[in-house]
Amino acid sequence: MHMADALISPAVGGTMWIVSAGLIAYCARKLKQTMRDNLVPLMGVLGAFIFASQMINFSIPATGSSGHLGGGLILSVLLGPHAAFIVIASVLTVQALFFADGGLLALGCNIFNLGFFPAFIAYPFIYRPLIRGGRGAIRALIAALVAAVVGLQLGAFSVVLETKASGISELPFSTFVLLMLPIHLAIGIVEGLATAAVVAFVARARPEVLDAEPASAGAVTGLRSVLIGLAMAALVIGGAVSWFASTHPDGLEWAIAKVTGKEEVAGSSEGIRGKLAEFQGKTSFLPDYGFKADEEKEVIAASASPAGPEDVGPEWPAVTAGTSVSGIVGGLITLGLVCLAGFALKPRRTNI
Amino acid sequence: MPIMHLANWIEVGRMDDYSRQDTPLHRLDARVKAVTTLACIVAVMSFPRYEVSALMPFLFYPMALTGMGRIPFGFILKKIIVASPFALAIAIFNPVFDREAAFMIGPVAVSGGWLSFTSIMLRFVLTVWAALALAACTGMFRLCAGLERLGMPRIFAGQLLFLYRYLFVVVDEGARMKRALELRSGAIVPVSLRVYGSLVGHLLLRSMGRSERIHRAMVARGFDGAIKIVREPKFRPADWAFLLGWSAFFVAARAWNIPALIGNLVTGAAP
Amino acid sequence: MSHHIVEVRDLHYAYPDGTVALRGVSFRVLHGGAVAVVGPNGAGKSTMLMHLNGFLMPVRGEVLVGETPLTRSTAAAIRRTVGMVFQDPDDQLFMPTVFEDVAFGPVQSGLPPEEVERRALAALERVGMAGLRDRPPYRLSAGEKRAVTIATVLAMEPAVLVMDEPSSNLDPRGRRRLIELLRSFEHTRIIATHDLELVVELCSRVILLDGGRVAADGPALEILNDEKLMLAHGLERPHSLRHLHPH
Repeated sequence: MHMADALISPAVGGTMWIVSAGLIAYCARKLKQTMRDNLVPLMGVLGAFIFASQMINFSIPATGSSGHLGGGLILSVLLGPHAAFIVIASVLTVQALFFADGGLLALGCNIFNLGFFPAFIAYPFIYRPLIRGGRGAIRALIAALVAAVVGLQLGAFSVVLETKASGISELPFSTFVLLMLPIHLAIGIVEGLATAAVVAFVARARPEVLDAEPASAGAVTGLRSVLIGLAMAALVIGGAVSWFASTHPDGLEWAIAKVTGKEEVAGSSEGIRGKLAEFQGKTSFLPDYGFKADEEKEVIAASASPAGPEDVGPEWPAVTAGTSVSGIVGGLITLGLVCLAGFALKPRRTNI
Repeated sequence: MPIMHLANWIEVGRMDDYSRQDTPLHRLDARVKAVTTLACIVAVMSFPRYEVSALMPFLFYPMALTGMGRIPFGFILKKIIVASPFALAIAIFNPVFDREAAFMIGPVAVSGGWLSFTSIMLRFVLTVWAALALAACTGMFRLCAGLERLGMPRIFAGQLLFLYRYLFVVVDEGARMKRALELRSGAIVPVSLRVYGSLVGHLLLRSMGRSERIHRAMVARGFDGAIKIVREPKFRPADWAFLLGWSAFFVAARAWNIPALIGNLVTGAAP
Repeated sequence: MSHHIVEVRDLHYAYPDGTVALRGVSFRVLHGGAVAVVGPNGAGKSTMLMHLNGFLMPVRGEVLVGETPLTRSTAAAIRRTVGMVFQDPDDQLFMPTVFEDVAFGPVQSGLPPEEVERRALAALERVGMAGLRDRPPYRLSAGEKRAVTIATVLAMEPAVLVMDEPSSNLDPRGRRRLIELLRSFEHTRIIATHDLELVVELCSRVILLDGGRVAADGPALEILNDEKLMLAHGLERPHSLRHLHPH
């Protein structure tokens, strides 16, 4: 579920870059304080290990297909959340740069989706508390499965939110969710199985490796962890609901009508729409592409000439829609120029 | 999802070879190339969803990097194709959900959905190409050193360098294990979970053992916990020219639909 | 020249899990010679070597480099005097390019850039690898890697060179080059190896370790030629000596 740049708006991409960069800086600072100096080569080599492990597949019981390790959870088990997050981020960076797996603008999103949830939520709040009661095989398997599934579900849900917020894909929120979550449930199970298998082996061969995870400053237990978990769930759900509401004000009204038993909700619909518009207005750093889709289309249809209305894309007032015939012709000519340039720049002979 | 076949590893080696060539482009400061590439990607992604023709001029940037960096075009093309399925899978829904005709080409009505689909795929090609070209004309070391100067935490820069360095070594070990497995199982069959746990577990323990030996070697040469990265020299005029020139181009291409203007010139007055 | 003396006195060592590796090892190596440390696998050779640059601290007994006893506070200084080359080059070439690996030691010592450059280039020249300075390590042949690992240590300008299985995985030409290189050094050289022919060519003295103890310590030819002794400790008489000194 590495996101490509093509589906991310600069606003979403930029925001998540800032979030992920902040997390990396935080983890780096934390590690500098507590770090054993053999962590430097260990983290590097474990990152390489993750790549190597993805070359080996196992057959998933009861299905015909095979799966492999993603690595977020096992890294957290071996290194603790902070070091694991850095390793995951480094793996994703190399994947983006050298394998075109995930975009550069989307790298912040990917680091967050695939790193934050396993390292800072699934591991400390699910895996570790479950494991604390003892490391029997069944318990370890359940811990790994639940942690992996939850981590990946949250990650998949993030992907949906980020894509919808970018407003480039037309997939409706509900369809997207219905697409992503079941698939990533399966992927989560695979991840849990793979992680449990490796942990089981290491627990037999060299158990001290599993106890070596340094106590992270973020270790919380008991009631506090439950509360934090609930708060995070509330954040996620709240965010989702508000997005859903703003894209489907009708849906929300319908739901409210059902709940309150009122048939006519025209008055309150103004209120909701008004409030949501206000919300949009205040948080206008997000593009409103996804919300004004219908308006946009009208504008495009009207702008048969390049000197059409210039109010599409509020941040660049001079842009015109460019879907006219001259736009197409010009586009083809430009494409031709680009190819010519390519031939001109091509090396005389390939030299490696 | 990554396709982790052995062939891909050879690709990273090739990418690394290309990145160590000596061309004027390679000699430019890594920071400049990274920032310019990011600017290109941001500009491309800032277009509204139905934009197609205005995106075309942006192709000049990755094309220039590829050409001036002496990187084989086929090499990049293959990677772009390999990376496309996920984006395709999401983008293909656009024509499904957005069927209203946006405009006509003669008698054919093109729906908004197909327009935005084309836009997405074009953006995909642009952004992926730009990223690959950046990696291939800069290389991991200079990129890390440059990013560290731009503020990336040193621990992360060190992590990227170590990861990159040991990628080949550990993957080599993994490949050897895989080969031994295949030789003994008669076919390329995915293994059972138990065998998997043992295989990957062994690889893990060997990797950790290796990291201990590396640490030993580092300590033997005076390592005290902090990686020191050698710094690149200051910007030169060529660096500024690259950065400002391309940035100006991106701003212009974003502000005006250049292909439309060209098209107008060619087709006479707007229809 | 007291700093060229390496002395080990009644060295004992046990690993954290309890395995005893060294049971009272004592010897003294004077300036300039080449000493081989031989013995069967598990004899404690590597463990003993790791004390010489302070990576391990003795459980009992002393290690002295020059007149300086090894303690946690003197370890860093001792590492600048005793350069160690390990068995697997990939474990020691951890930087992106050859030059940076060779420069790592001087950089970590805090030397100014010009001095780092000078030392690194000198070290690479010494091992004949100056042309490879910008090569990444995975693009080196086994022999080149080995030479470069030696350069990484030479750049720190040590007085003593300690090497663990230097000729392993080398083809005959690479091995020949290594032997010539080591022969040309003036440093005190302590070499742990299974390559007994190399010992014959290079070393004037042999320390035979077995079971964590010194089983023999004396002139190389004398010990290596002693068939009964060699066989008793899991070794054998080097082939070249059979021809020279038939029994």
